[in-house]
Amino acid sequence: MARIRWGRVAGWAVLVLVMLVTLFPFYWMLRTSFSNTRALAAGAADLLPVDFTLGAYRRVLGLSSTAEAVAEGGSSGTVNFWLYLRNSIIVSTITTAGQVFFGALAAYAFARLRWPGRNAVFTLFVTALMVPPIFTTLPNFVLIKELGLLNTFLGIVLPHLLMTPFAVFFLRQFFLGINASVEEAARIDGAGHVRTFFRIVLPMSRGPIATLAILTYITSWNDYFWPLLVGKAENVRVLTVALGIFRSQTPQGSPDWAGLMAATLFAALPIMVLFALLGRRVIDSIGYTGVK
Amino acid sequence: MTSDTVRAAPRTPSGTVPGTVPRTPPPPFRRRLGDLPVAVLFVLPAAIGFALFYLWPAIRGAYLSLTRYNVLTPPRFIGLENYEKLFGDRLFWNALKVTAEYVVLNIVSQTVISMLLAVLLYRLTKSMLVRGIVLLPYLVANVIVALLWFWMLDFQLGVVNNLIEWLGFDRVAFFGSDLAIPTIAGINTWRHMGYTALLIFAGLQMIPPSVYEAAAIDGASEWRTFWRVTLPLLRPVMALVMVLSVIGSFQVFDTIAVTTAGGPINATRVIYFYIYDLAFNRFNFGYAAALSSVLFVLLAGVAYLQLRLSRAGESDLRGA
Repeated sequence: MARIRWGRVAGWAVLVLVMLVTLFPFYWMLRTSFSNTRALAAGAADLLPVDFTLGAYRRVLGLSSTAEAVAEGGSSGTVNFWLYLRNSIIVSTITTAGQVFFGALAAYAFARLRWPGRNAVFTLFVTALMVPPIFTTLPNFVLIKELGLLNTFLGIVLPHLLMTPFAVFFLRQFFLGINASVEEAARIDGAGHVRTFFRIVLPMSRGPIATLAILTYITSWNDYFWPLLVGKAENVRVLTVALGIFRSQTPQGSPDWAGLMAATLFAALPIMVLFALLGRRVIDSIGYTGVK
Repeated sequence: MTSDTVRAAPRTPSGTVPGTVPRTPPPPFRRRLGDLPVAVLFVLPAAIGFALFYLWPAIRGAYLSLTRYNVLTPPRFIGLENYEKLFGDRLFWNALKVTAEYVVLNIVSQTVISMLLAVLLYRLTKSMLVRGIVLLPYLVANVIVALLWFWMLDFQLGVVNNLIEWLGFDRVAFFGSDLAIPTIAGINTWRHMGYTALLIFAGLQMIPPSVYEAAAIDGASEWRTFWRVTLPLLRPVMALVMVLSVIGSFQVFDTIAVTTAGGPINATRVIYFYIYDLAFNRFNFGYAAALSSVLFVLLAGVAYLQLRLSRAGESDLRGA
C-alpha cells in the first residue's frame, strides 16, 4: 500500500508542477503590466510589480500624454486598445453568428432532408477540411482585394461567415443523432421544414450549438493570419494584429515591456472571462474538436 | 436519415390541407427531387460560402501557381516554371528543414508531456478546476502566448534568464539562431500540452475498467499495465491526435511572426512564414501559390502515411 501512496504523491507533485508552469507566466504578465518599464531592469528578479504604476494601461488605452508615456519607457506613438477590443468583438460576434446559423441550416439539409446530390455535396464540403488554410488564403486575399473589401469588417469576416466545413460537419453529426420522432410529429401536424427547423430542431440543439459557438468565437478571437492580411488599417484592426504591430513599434533595444504585457493581458481578458463563466462547457467541448 | 421513411403528402405551394393524402400519386420527377426546393433554401448560404471561399480559391490557387503574378498586373501563365524554380531555391529547402525540425521537436515534447499529464489527470483527479487550469494557455491567442514568452525569455530582463543566472549558469540566448526553433517548439508545447492532454484523457475514459481489473488480477504492475494495456488501446485516439498535431505544427506562423520574424538569418523561416514573405513582402504571388500547393501535397502525404502506419481505423478492443 505504501508504494502506491508514494506513487500518488509523486503524481501530484508533477501535476502541481505542471499547473505552476501553466499559471506562472500569467502571473508574470500581470506583474509586469503593473510595473514601470524603466524600472524593470533594476528589479528584474522582484516577484511583485516594480515601481507599481497603472501607466502601462494608461498608455495602451490611449489615456496618457506622450510625455508621460516616454517617461515610463513607452513609445511616443499612440495606441488605443479600446478600439481594437471593439473591432475584435465585432469580428468575432458576426463570424460566430453567421457561421453557426448558416452552418446549422446546411447541416439540417444534410441530416434530415432528402434531395438528389446530397451525399456528393456533403462529401465535397467535408473534403475542404483537409485543405490547409494557406492554400486558399492567398487566392482569397486576391478575391477580397478585387471586391474592394480590404480593410473592411466585411472583408475580414466574409470567408468564414457563410460556412466552415467543421461547423457543418459538427452540427450534421449532432442532428443525425437526435431522435427524429419529434420532428416527424411536427411534420404530421402540418409544420413545414422551415418551421420544424426553427421551432423544434434549433431549440433542441441548444447545447451543441452553444458549444460550436464558443469554439468559433475563441478561434475567431485568436485568429491572426487572415486579419493581418486584410485588416491592418486602424479602424478595423483586431487585437491580435494590434499586438503584433505594437510589438514591432516598440523601440529596438528597449521594448516597452510593461505596455506590451498590459496590452496582451487586455487582449486575453475577454476569453478568460468567457472561460470563467462557461468553464465546464468549454472543457467538455474539447473532446469534440479532436474526434471530428 | 430515419426521418425519410415516413413522409407526409408533399405540400404544394397552393397549400394542401396538412395530413391529407393526395388522390393521385405525385409525379415521378417530384419524387426524385424529394425535398430539393427546401434543401436549396437551407444549403444555399453555405454553398455560396463554399464555392466562393473554398472551391474557387482552390482552383484559382492551383492556376496561380502556374503563373507569374504580383497582384497589381494580371497573372501571366508560365507553366511549371515556379515548381522548377523550387528545386534550386535554397530558402525553400531551408524552410523545409527548419519546419521539419520544428515539427519533430514540437510533436515529441508535446506528445510525451501530454500523455503523462493525461494519465495523471485520469488517475488522480476529476477536478474541473485542474482541467481548466491546464487548458487555459490553449484558449489564449498564439500571438499573446508568443509575446508573453518573448518577454519571459528575454536575454537581459527575462525572468527565466534571471533564474538561470541565479542558479549559477550562463544566460541563454533563447531566440538566437541555434535555439530559436527549439524555443518556439517549447512555447507551442506549453500552449498545447493541456489541450492535447484533454484529448488523450477523453480517449482514456473510453477504455473499459474491466481490462484494468483483468490486468490487476494477473498481477501486472502499473508500469507494465500502461505499456501493455493502456497504450495499445489508446492507439486509435493517439493516431488522430498525432495527425491533427502534426498538421497543425506544419502550419506554425503566428508565434514566429511576432517574435523572430524568420530570423536570425533564416533560422526560423518556416514554410508558412516563407510563403507569407513571398506573397506579401516580395509580391511574388505565383511562386507563393506554388509553394502552398507543395505544402498541401506534403501535408496530405504525411497524414495518409500516419494513418496507414498507425492503423487508425482499427481498434484493439473487441466486443467492448
